[in-house]
Amino acid sequence: MTDNGGQNVRKLWTPFNVIVGIILAAGAVLTVMRFTQGIGAVTNLDNNNPWGLWIGFDLLCGVALAAGGYVTSAACYIFGLKRYHSAVRPAILTAFLGYALVVLALHYDVGRPWRLPYPIFVSQGTSSLLFEVGLCVFLYLTVLFIEFTPAAFEWLGFKKIRALVVKLTLILTIFGVVLSTLHQSSLGALFMIAPSKLHPLWYSSYLPVYFFISSMFAGMSMVIFESTLAHRYLSRHMDDTHHQEAPGVALGFAKAAAFVMAGYLGIKLIGIAIDDHWRLLATGWGVWYLVEVIGFVAFPAFLFAMGVRERNLIFVRWAAAWTVLGIVLNRLNISVIAFNYHLPSHERYIPSLMEIGTSVFIVTLGIVIYRFITTRMPVLHEHPDYSTHSPGQERT
Amino acid sequence: MNTLFFTLQDFMVHTKGITYLIMGGLLVALPLFWWFLTDRDDENETWRQ
Amino acid sequence: MGISRRKFIGCLGALALGPAMGIPGTARGASNKEFAGWPGSLGVLHDITKCIGCRKCESACHRVNNLPDPETSFEDLNVLDQKRRTGADVFTVVNRVDNTSPVFIKTQCNHCLEPACASACFVNALKKTPEGAVVYNEKLCVGCRYCMVACPFNIPAYEYHKALAPRVTKCTMCHPRMLEGKRPGCVEDCPAGALISGTRDELLAYAWDRIRTYPERYVPHVYGQHEMGGTSWLYLSGLPFSRVGMREDLGTKSAPELTAGPLSAVPVVVGLWPVLLTGVYAISKRKEKIAEQEKQAAVADAVDQSRKEAQNRMETLRKKWDQEKQSAINFEVKKALEEAAVKASEPSQTKEDE
Ligand code: SF4
Ligand code: SF4
Ligand code: SF4
Repeated sequence: MTDNGGQNVRKLWTPFNVIVGIILAAGAVLTVMRFTQGIGAVTNLDNNNPWGLWIGFDLLCGVALAAGGYVTSAACYIFGLKRYHSAVRPAILTAFLGYALVVLALHYDVGRPWRLPYPIFVSQGTSSLLFEVGLCVFLYLTVLFIEFTPAAFEWLGFKKIRALVVKLTLILTIFGVVLSTLHQSSLGALFMIAPSKLHPLWYSSYLPVYFFISSMFAGMSMVIFESTLAHRYLSRHMDDTHHQEAPGVALGFAKAAAFVMAGYLGIKLIGIAIDDHWRLLATGWGVWYLVEVIGFVAFPAFLFAMGVRERNLIFVRWAAAWTVLGIVLNRLNISVIAFNYHLPSHERYIPSLMEIGTSVFIVTLGIVIYRFITTRMPVLHEHPDYSTHSPGQERT
Repeated sequence: MNTLFFTLQDFMVHTKGITYLIMGGLLVALPLFWWFLTDRDDENETWRQ
Repeated sequence: MGISRRKFIGCLGALALGPAMGIPGTARGASNKEFAGWPGSLGVLHDITKCIGCRKCESACHRVNNLPDPETSFEDLNVLDQKRRTGADVFTVVNRVDNTSPVFIKTQCNHCLEPACASACFVNALKKTPEGAVVYNEKLCVGCRYCMVACPFNIPAYEYHKALAPRVTKCTMCHPRMLEGKRPGCVEDCPAGALISGTRDELLAYAWDRIRTYPERYVPHVYGQHEMGGTSWLYLSGLPFSRVGMREDLGTKSAPELTAGPLSAVPVVVGLWPVLLTGVYAISKRKEKIAEQEKQAAVADAVDQSRKEAQNRMETLRKKWDQEKQSAINFEVKKALEEAAVKASEPSQTKEDE
């Protein structure tokens, strides 16, 4: 891809395009199967295991990893850390795409997707945490969409309406943080209704707090991770500001993520103490729990710290990727792996290849759209007509 | 308001329904009040005593 | 957290019910009880010790609910040896506790007093009716299956193989029949008297009566009295309930109590987050402004400084210049004087010069 610069962009038979083409074609087949033969035809879900990969990965991980949007825009616009400015647009775009794909994935997972607006417009089940999640995701998707429109308007040249939306930045950012706090935590709280099904090491009355706090470092790691990839493959679409600010953004987020992760480890420990689950740590499940917490939180936090101390971006990037994996592991543990832990092994759920295929298809779709947008709209660079960075100003 | 509830479930649906409405109101009211509060900040730096 | 939570909800309940308690005729005397459930609601008592495993209840259930016939007929008792659960078109199953024992147990929806499934449903498609049944409204259901995740008894099933309008299915306690004043199909067809219907209160009293009368026959526990906040379907057993495949670790906390904490945190976040965040914003903005002012002041200072310096330089220059001028004048004067002194000797000439 990298050597693909300049004129060759339109070359059709690149390895990237071929692989993507195959995945999208397979996805189309799976989509047809899902909507003509039912959920049962493509998934391994059953009556004991009503939620599988599509909820555990597409919904839970999708939302957690899209947290970069609220984290970055809050850092820049609320906390006034101007040097994150060039990271805001890509983060908002990723978040918007992330949420849009989450909603798309839900269309596959729920039985009657055309009724997805029902909880908001027809019958409000306000006692349900899923109602809260649905409402917030709906509102936040709208907020993200509005937050992203300036890029599209610049591309299209709609100056007046762009100016109007830019005026709303602060209020949209605050709404975004409020809505994110709510649904990130509520996704964890979804499982609080089933203490008899989730393994006690993962079940905790702190679940909503765990989900919210982990979404912060998930978002930051994702920004670093994504920027690493973008620098590799989309470098030619970046302007000098972006290039100059990126290492600062990575180091700043690495520092923040490491410290938030330390706090997260602290409350995890308190969770064990408060429920007196020390004994369980010595069981098989306990080892698995420690793998998650030490291997995928404590270790990358340390790696982040090393990266920050040494000002070593390679460490930081590896730590970010490792943390993203850790988040995926945590969400899958709660929704699939440690869920229904009490069932005999033949009643447990293992995702079918077609389910995995559909998830891969949706992620691929996201990458394709991201690439389409960033190669056209002013996301990784600023539009010359609307530059906020007159040289020498607001730089650190 | 005087509805009689026999299950906590019904009670929750009812009360949470009202709190969601209040939340919506708050999200509109707080920015407006902030605007009212800071609207004249830039006018001048003198004050009455 | 648990206890204070309960108390808190209790208080809320008391507040809400306060005005209603004065109304005569409402049976809401017991003020300290939070929500006691619908008064006079119905239930079923399943006496496991009396169940003979004939599957008559299963076939009755299929008949009254118009469910499709299963692959093996209801006469075939071999299926009892496999562990089965409720399914998309099976609302109730009878299982043998283990392959050797003659103990059977019927499983179906327990019609919880505070149903986890209803608490979980984000469109209120599941509801506890005043009659006691928990019923499902397929006109609202989105098919998220959160109800299935939530149900502690693993009861609701889903029509996974329907593409167009899949439904959640479960026992309805024969709610339509109930409204006609009839007993549930399974209860009516039970030849062994292992199923009895009545109001939940009556059934509870009867169950405890049985336990007291035949202490050697029953374990002293009515399953469903407190489990997950209580259920309308109650069980009596001769073996410990965990031995007959029913979970005894569910606790007594009902589903809405489990989620009340996070749910009540939501409005607080909405109320306070904007305030905190705006505060942070205002502070960072203010800092920026002060920094800006300081910068300006510094610039002004610098300008001042340089102006002063320039002035000083000018002053010295001027002084120097003045000095030079002075000395030049002095020199000239001196010169003039000297000249004058020289010329004084010839006065006429000096006059001419002037
Ligand atoms: S047993 Fe399960 S399905 Fe039946 S009312 Fe209780 S929670 Fe709902
Ligand atoms: S599957 Fe249907 S009934 Fe169950 S929670 Fe979702 S919307 Fe409600
Ligand atoms: S009460 Fe009705 S629906 Fe439920 S198991 Fe009995 S016959 Fe079936």
